[in-house]
Amino acid sequence: MRTVSAAETAPTTYPWAIHAEGLRVRAGRHLAVDGLDLALGAGVHGLLGPNGAGKTTLMRALATVLKPAGGRLALLGESVDSRADLRRVRRGLGYLPQQFGFYPRFTVREFVEYMAWLKEMPKTAVPGAAQRAIERVGLTAKADARMKALSGGMLRRAGIAQAIVNDPQVLLVDEPTVGLDPEQRLDFRELLRDVGVDSCVLVSTHLVEDVVAACTDVVMVNEGRLVYQGTPDDLVAQGSEGDPGDSPAERGYSALLRRHRAVTGR
Amino acid sequence: MTTHISPAMIARYADRGSDLDEVTVWSIEVHLEDCADCRALVAAGTTGDTGALLARIAAGVDEAIAAGPVPAPRRRWSAVPNRWLVWHLVPWLSMTVAVLGCAVLLQAVQPSLPSLVALLAPVAPLPGVAIAWSRRTDPAWELIASTPAAGLAILLRRTAAVLTVVVPALAVASSRTGVSLALTLLPCLAFTAATIALGAYIGVRLAAVGLGIAWALAVVLPAVLTAELPAVLQPGSSLAWALLTLLLAGVAATQSDNFRRLSSHH
Repeated sequence: MRTVSAAETAPTTYPWAIHAEGLRVRAGRHLAVDGLDLALGAGVHGLLGPNGAGKTTLMRALATVLKPAGGRLALLGESVDSRADLRRVRRGLGYLPQQFGFYPRFTVREFVEYMAWLKEMPKTAVPGAAQRAIERVGLTAKADARMKALSGGMLRRAGIAQAIVNDPQVLLVDEPTVGLDPEQRLDFRELLRDVGVDSCVLVSTHLVEDVVAACTDVVMVNEGRLVYQGTPDDLVAQGSEGDPGDSPAERGYSALLRRHRAVTGR
Repeated sequence: MTTHISPAMIARYADRGSDLDEVTVWSIEVHLEDCADCRALVAAGTTGDTGALLARIAAGVDEAIAAGPVPAPRRRWSAVPNRWLVWHLVPWLSMTVAVLGCAVLLQAVQPSLPSLVALLAPVAPLPGVAIAWSRRTDPAWELIASTPAAGLAILLRRTAAVLTVVVPALAVASSRTGVSLALTLLPCLAFTAATIALGAYIGVRLAAVGLGIAWALAVVLPAVLTAELPAVLQPGSSLAWALLTLLLAGVAATQSDNFRRLSSHH
């Protein structure tokens, strides 16, 4: 339980938490995101796409780590182009990269508190927020264990804890369920739904099942472009019995991808 | 901030059996959240059984707290070194100190050589500074790059941590070998500032490597070959070094925007 500040209940002045128009981002020399249009509001959005579709590059650009090479990108109503001051936007961001590095000597609590400090949270709020984030991912018993002593799934959960420690308005998680056991995945979906009630959550994943179960919205990209945006039910409806896949959602996914490839000729 | 509530209203609010409408209750409660004086009036206006109810709740809360887990002990100082010093810097700093120690020893053995401490002083902080802000060596770079604190502030903090080790080591080395203190420390600071200023354009790591090589080729090599202290390190040059340090620090400060992102070529 915590006090809700007036700033949190104030109405937003922007239509979309994430708004990209013709966004282009380079990964090295290669243009990994090429003319992507995307508008996302509150809710849990699942980002699907084959390997090399530009999901991770897109996530990095949305996390303001990479500078867009072209197009327009606005987060929380503020433009994040090359000369913009990113501090205000970044305070409202939570980001879990695909491979997240950490300092092995830190305990889980130190790690989450350090990240909270880097996110410029008020000094007095840091210990409480860190404890709450650790509890939400179910790592309370391991809070004072060193990071190097954690298993892969626990590390992943520590990463999720640092992402949600500042109650972000935009939460970006890249392949979050890798290394989690089935029960932890259920808990994690619950957490995403919880955060997605009033924040914009974007989950990049390969697991179509995760998207159908936890997301209110599906975003599909291929070759750096938007292929499809709709509800999970719509995704299921796209597939027919003849399409490859073991579940209705997988059939919908492969049907969409095939259709897109046939249209673009790649 | 709302205006204070009349005592009559407070009395009606404190009386549980009163007939205040919801909207009035809300506005009173909004005011009470911010106003300690009016809260005190409410507390004074409560009746006997309200007091008994509050006492019962307080006792219940105390009991639940006593039965729950012990709060984590407050660690006042443990977070401070984490914020200043990055542990992956430690091996590089110990190497720098060891090299300076070797320079002192060499000079004691071979007094005919030009002062190695003076020749090494400008490049002594460079390995540490290069490591402090580089995506190859900082395991958590992607996490840190998406936080509002990322940028020149964190780089300067880490540089300061490097200098607190290197500067005393240089001071000791210069007093041991009889080199002027100003001509040891000022070039050291000038090169640190130059690395940061140049790093805004080409990345800190590349800047440190480039400056180190340039210094070695232009000054150290001729000095060792001719066995004479070069002109740039003669006693009269300390004013020039001081001015150069100030100038480069100014350039670095104006380029702080360039450190906001770890863009792909940094």
